[in-house]
This record gives sequence, C-alpha cells and structure tokens, in this order.
Amino acid sequence: MKFIIQVNEGPYQHQTADSAYQFTRAALARGHEVLRVFFYHDGVNNGTRLTSPPQDDRNIVSRWSALAAEHELDLVICVAAAHRRGILDESEMKRLDKDAYNLAPGFRISGLGQLIEGVVLADRLVVFGD
Amino acid sequence: MSILHTVNKSPFEKNSLESCLRYAKSGSAVLLIEDGIYAALAGTTFEQRVTTAMSELDFYCLASDVKARGFSSSNVMDGIKLVDYAGFVDLTVEYEKVQAWL
Repeated sequence: MKFIIQVNEGPYQHQTADSAYQFTRAALARGHEVLRVFFYHDGVNNGTRLTSPPQDDRNIVSRWSALAAEHELDLVICVAAAHRRGILDESEMKRLDKDAYNLAPGFRISGLGQLIEGVVLADRLVVFGD
Repeated sequence: MSILHTVNKSPFEKNSLESCLRYAKSGSAVLLIEDGIYAALAGTTFEQRVTTAMSELDFYCLASDVKARGFSSSNVMDGIKLVDYAGFVDLTVEYEKVQAWL
C-alpha cells in the first residue's frame, strides 16, 4: 500500500516528530511504500542540519536523513513554512540574499502541491501533529 | 466508510478525544497514541466515557507510549487492544481513511 506522511510539528517539542518517524519506519518494514513525507508548519524544523542535540540524545534530523538514504525516501519541506522559519537550501539562500543555508541531507524544499499530489497518488494519508 | 481516528492528547488536557467520539461513526476505530493513552487507563474519570463509546467503536492503544509513561498493560482498561507500531500500520491499512484529531 502507498502512504504519504504529513508532519506538522517540529522535533523535540512533544512526541510527534518521533511518532512520525517510528510510523514511517514501521510502514517500510511492513513492505509498504512511503511515497513522500511532507513537513508542514513547524514540521519544517525537522529539516535543519544545524540541529545539535546532546550526544546521549537522539538526533531526530539525522535520523530522517539516514532513513531517506536507506529507502530513497522523498522528504519534502513546505517552502512557505520553511522561509518563515529560516530553513533554506543553497539556491534559496542565493535567491533571498542570505549568508547561510541549513537544509539537511535527504530533504528538499518544494510547495504545497507536493502534499496534494501525494494525497492523490497515495492510498493513505497519515497526519502527525500537535 | 470505516475510519481510524488517532488521538494524541490526554482527555484531561484537551478535548480532542471528546470531539472525536462525538463525530466517529459506528464501526470506526480509535487509536490512542502519545498522551492520548491516558484515556485508556483504568480508574480515571474518563473511563466511563470510553466504556460507553466501546459499544460502537473499537479502541486501540499504542503499547510503547503506555510503557513510556510508566504504565503497563495491566493499567489499561479491558476491551482496549494494545498494538505496536507494526500494528498501528496494519490498522491504517485495515481502515479506509485515517483521521488525526490534533
């Protein structure tokens, strides 16, 4: 079965980013296809590679990146939500004339259309938020 | 249409489970995750509300979130089935849609 996962909440807030990750992993382990994970609202904070938790804590961002590398996952960050919160890739950095970018490996920035398309193509939309 | 409703907040903190139970149709299911598991515990003031809803809805509860809050299956009300993440995935397949009450 084809899934699209929507994540509306940032890492280290409540439990949502963890729940979404655990669910995505379990769906893949069950042999399902995860077409896309769409990060919306504060969920875009799951995609900053500057996240630096203490060594004995889980790194939620790099955990997503590793899962994406392992399963060729499409991790999409909503562009409007990302700009508001200072999540930029290299091309957006140049376009907006900023001095840094911070998008983590395995993530890409795109529009809300990616969520709609995913919902159309997938059998199930599962939303995680707060 | 059969829907899996997910609730991730305690009924003592937010009214999302109350809203969910008001709208959920017979034959649907409720999966309690994260702080939502507090609604699954036996002996709370919310127990009767869940018991009443059980006549029409199936109730599930994420076992790892129960354990993470210091409870075990013995604290969970009779009639609520515990699932792991693989079971969560299976429920999303079994029901036609998934509705998150945030």
